[in-house]
Amino acid sequence: MNDQAYVRFHNIVKKFGTVVANDSIDLDVQRGEILAILGENGSGKSTLMNMLSGIYMPDSGSITIDGKPAVIRSPKDSIKLGIGMIHQHFKLIDRFTGYQNIMTGITSNTLGYKKSVKKITELMDKYELHIDLDKYVYDMSVGEKQTLEIIKVMFRGAEVLILDEPTAVLTPEEITKLFVILRNMRKAGHAIIIITHKLNEVMEISDRVTVLRKGKNVGTLNTNQTNILELTELMVGRPMEPIIRRVECEPGDVYLSVEDVTAYNHEGIKVLDNISFELSSHEIVGVAGVAGSGQRELCEVIAGLYPVKKGSVSCMNQEIVGKTPGEIIKMGVSMSFIPEDRLGMGLVSSMDITDNMLLKTYRDGKGLFINRNPAREMARNIVKKMDIVTPGISTPVSKLSGGNIQKVLLGREIESNPKVLVTAYAVRGLDIGASYTIYDMLNKQKEKGVAVLYIGEDLDTLIQLCDRIIVMFSGKIAGIVDARNATKEQLGLMMTGKVMMYV
Amino acid sequence: MNLTNLQLFLSAAVIAGTPLLFATLGEIITEKAGNLNLGIEGMMLMGAVVGFITAYNQGNPILALIAAFLAGAFGSLIYAFLTVSLRVNHEVSGLALTTFGTGFAGFLGQAYVGKVVPGNVRQAFGNIKIPLLGDIPFIGEILFNKDPMVYLSYIVVIIIGIYLYRTRKGLNLKAIGENPAAADAAGINISLYKYVNILIGGALCGLGGAYLSLIYVPAWQESVVAGRGWIAVALVIFVTWNPYKAIAGAYLFGGLDILGFRLQKFQLNIPQYFLDMLPYAATIIILVIASVKRSKKNLPPQSMGIPYFRENR
Repeated sequence: MNDQAYVRFHNIVKKFGTVVANDSIDLDVQRGEILAILGENGSGKSTLMNMLSGIYMPDSGSITIDGKPAVIRSPKDSIKLGIGMIHQHFKLIDRFTGYQNIMTGITSNTLGYKKSVKKITELMDKYELHIDLDKYVYDMSVGEKQTLEIIKVMFRGAEVLILDEPTAVLTPEEITKLFVILRNMRKAGHAIIIITHKLNEVMEISDRVTVLRKGKNVGTLNTNQTNILELTELMVGRPMEPIIRRVECEPGDVYLSVEDVTAYNHEGIKVLDNISFELSSHEIVGVAGVAGSGQRELCEVIAGLYPVKKGSVSCMNQEIVGKTPGEIIKMGVSMSFIPEDRLGMGLVSSMDITDNMLLKTYRDGKGLFINRNPAREMARNIVKKMDIVTPGISTPVSKLSGGNIQKVLLGREIESNPKVLVTAYAVRGLDIGASYTIYDMLNKQKEKGVAVLYIGEDLDTLIQLCDRIIVMFSGKIAGIVDARNATKEQLGLMMTGKVMMYV
Repeated sequence: MNLTNLQLFLSAAVIAGTPLLFATLGEIITEKAGNLNLGIEGMMLMGAVVGFITAYNQGNPILALIAAFLAGAFGSLIYAFLTVSLRVNHEVSGLALTTFGTGFAGFLGQAYVGKVVPGNVRQAFGNIKIPLLGDIPFIGEILFNKDPMVYLSYIVVIIIGIYLYRTRKGLNLKAIGENPAAADAAGINISLYKYVNILIGGALCGLGGAYLSLIYVPAWQESVVAGRGWIAVALVIFVTWNPYKAIAGAYLFGGLDILGFRLQKFQLNIPQYFLDMLPYAATIIILVIASVKRSKKNLPPQSMGIPYFRENR
């Protein structure tokens, strides 16, 4: 323990019902330091920080700030104590300008518009944070939104800055920028806590790292005295290979071919602009891009859910455009899209695993009544094959954890023996262990000869898992690169439309 | 229609639109706080009956208005307790409030059916011409030779306009309606803001109801509000949650409301029922247009109708 600690957690316990989210956690951070909190999903990172930002109250234990005991009952108390939290899902109001967002909730400031803007501008100059204050949030990029969040908390006089998974949605370029800002703040004497599960970022930015596992603090280490392997082992609880395996196969016939596809959304904006690529058997092709670059629309076009203005999509030389989703499934194209809320597409959350199987695979059964036996058989099969943790196959899907829900969805798609498997954000929100199970499954499909389109967020994963990577930028293909010699920096530049490249 | 006829018609449209204006303003700030209150009809009836009874028994116009104001606020307090504190579904709570208000007005008003507002109260609500403004040709007569409640509605429009667009409290209010989680993280007391604005909103609806029973009719009849509360719900969408536009919207609907009656003397060959239907048909058309033509700036408050739980995210 450190005597100059600015914020200190002592013996913090927080339970939700019977689940212990935080189990007697001790933690401290000092001024001029960046502390990383590392842990898998559900390890209690966010819960712990939400107690500092006034969202939750600890059941027992104490928090001291600058040596004084702090009772934080609401976000307001937290702001008063100089704590600024940047949530993973930004707390911004879309239809306000940057300026309005900064001023929201401020009561003490009696400055007029001009003086406030001057004060904000000084702040922006000091930390090299730059945004247009009169721009509406709905017009801002993710990076700009995050910058705005930081300005917002700094304007409120934050001494402690907490960032919850700040890099999850940023491009590599934006991440570099963010790290510059954080280093400036460290220099200015702020205490910074960054919550993450990305090991390379921990190594790059933090001074110390605290690892949480299953609600417990399993160790605090100095970053320069540890390494990725040691941290992974601490985080997961067992040694892990930090590299995703890529199965090397000779690509086979072209299974899916997309030619000059252009599509417009209901507002008449072009969301897909002349998209062309081919996908072969024994191949995993990744799709990278900033969120909203057309990935979702592309998936839906292939699945027959999105109207195509121009161009053609063919599966094994048969045209898909114009066919119904049901017909496309029969042709062997299978899509699984994991939306941000994880439940929106594909599964009916209040139904059990068996009935969710019925939805797609056994929909065309004969007769008036349902014969559930084959679906039950299939449900049991999937539960076993994919290690799904569930009380039984008749448990509603909504009662399962996020990772298990995703396994059910993906399992169902794979069980239908597709020729083409489109999977979007398959590991979204999953911890390392569960993600690896999914990568293994995709590799197995590849070996079997399936053509896999993998839409992903994490560039490291894309580079390690895929054969080729398609980079999308605002509805266009910015380039298709060979994953074996792609770099993150190169992909990042393409994602922001700065470089176009074809291989 | 010659000029005087048009002037008379517009003048009557302002009067018919004033109760709608109060109710629309009330619903605007309620919805800006993220709460959809479908109980306007009920709150207007509560204001109408309480205002009438007070005027009838006390003979005091000011007291009658205060009573109507409080009656509307009381109605919305029930709604606020249900939706803000207990987080009950907004639509159901609002519909329940309408049913409650209808019964409340029917029950309290039983003994007063057919009774007329006392002379001194009617006198107090007589037209007052505003110097200078009232002399403007054509519109002076329409807008500035009116009863005090019409002037009060102008003042309320301006106050709400300043509140929403010029004050920090107004900014905070809009933040709650757009994204309560963001407002909460910014340290705004969400429940307090919601309660205060819902209560003021209800009170304004109460005043709108009282305008009907004290000035517009001015006598007690159970069907005094006659669906105007529902028109106000649609008007809020029509005027895109903007208090200034609410003036024009309310008078437009006021005009449609009286159109049938006014056209009678011209002996046109249009069935009366068709003309009576106009405000409601217009309401439907407005909702259709609003849903077809959506721009980013004119959308409803994003979290409207969704109860907010802090720990549920």
